[in-house]
Amino acid sequence: MTARLRKTAGSLVLALIAVLTACTSYTEIPIETPIQPKLDVSPFQRIFIAGFIAGANDDVDANMETVRLLRSQLRNKGVMRVIDADTLPLMDIARQQNGADGTAAPVPDQQAVQPPQDDKPPVINDEKDLEQYQHIFANTAYWKKIGEEYQQPLIVTGSILFAPQQRSGFVQREQESYDPFGRRVVTPVRTYMERKGFVLRPTFVFIDGRTGETLHSETFREEVLYNANQQTPALSSYFELMDRLLPAFLNTLSAQKIKGTRTLLK
Amino acid sequence: MFLRPLVLALLLAVVSAPSAWADERGQAKKQVEFGIQVAQRGLWKEAIYRWERAAQLDPTYAAAFNNLAVAYEHEGQLAKARDAYEKALRLEPNNSLVRQNYDLFKEINDRAAQKDGR
Repeated sequence: MTARLRKTAGSLVLALIAVLTACTSYTEIPIETPIQPKLDVSPFQRIFIAGFIAGANDDVDANMETVRLLRSQLRNKGVMRVIDADTLPLMDIARQQNGADGTAAPVPDQQAVQPPQDDKPPVINDEKDLEQYQHIFANTAYWKKIGEEYQQPLIVTGSILFAPQQRSGFVQREQESYDPFGRRVVTPVRTYMERKGFVLRPTFVFIDGRTGETLHSETFREEVLYNANQQTPALSSYFELMDRLLPAFLNTLSAQKIKGTRTLLK
Repeated sequence: MFLRPLVLALLLAVVSAPSAWADERGQAKKQVEFGIQVAQRGLWKEAIYRWERAAQLDPTYAAAFNNLAVAYEHEGQLAKARDAYEKALRLEPNNSLVRQNYDLFKEINDRAAQKDGR
């Protein structure tokens, strides 16, 4: 009797599962969502990555690396013609524009700016150090002059802070083990860890080369932390972090498709 | 005497209503299934047409609105996608698959809105 009951119950459960499966039929499908660009770049045929005010790491020249990376990415995208010219010595120009008495000097001739011979390169360790140079991005006369020099392109400039960081605390990680039946079990465990890594905080400023006015400005922040024992070169961390924010940067200038998966229901 | 035909008509209406509803749902389901087939072949515009038709045939069919939202999302029509997802969720608030789609959509939509300064 009990066996028969068990059999009936088993059949009922199977039937129920079959009905439920039929009711909740679904299909997964890959989709690509187009995101429109933030800036209307149609008035520009050329783009000039003018350079960045950068600092905070001796191992990586964040200015030059960013200029190289953005130029190559934009060339690959083919959004506009990328101007291949020397970067502007923005820090020196900003310091000259500031003047000894703190007042803005007249628009300097970019070629005439000579880096101080006896001075060491200025140290930029944090956002506060960058502040003294920020005024250069608002100098419309200067950027208009640069624009005239390069046939009125869209100018990309800004500041980049790439700094090491150290943090310690509890982190959650997954621990793998095997149960008595030999099955793999993953359990989350909290452990105290000393970690070090880098933080990348770029601000991209997009300037209209026809007027010298800022069209758009965007700040990003990305960080990466490794186990303190792990030796990761600063340059590889820099590229890892830039890789994360490049899609967002490129989406300012061109439409982008975001890949994903959705569920279609019947 | 006069009441008898009225009662009969009412009775007929009540009896036939579920079958009419079932018929609409059946037709809508066919449209939805065909829409899925064409979407899988990349014919999203045709899929939109089919799912819009399904939603018209049966405005209580959450799957039609969910699929429509996915298709609008694929076409970059984010405002329409949001409306369709919200409609699907109003119809089936506990449907975890619709909720999951909507959450993924919101992530992208918020990013786009942030860029537009909206």
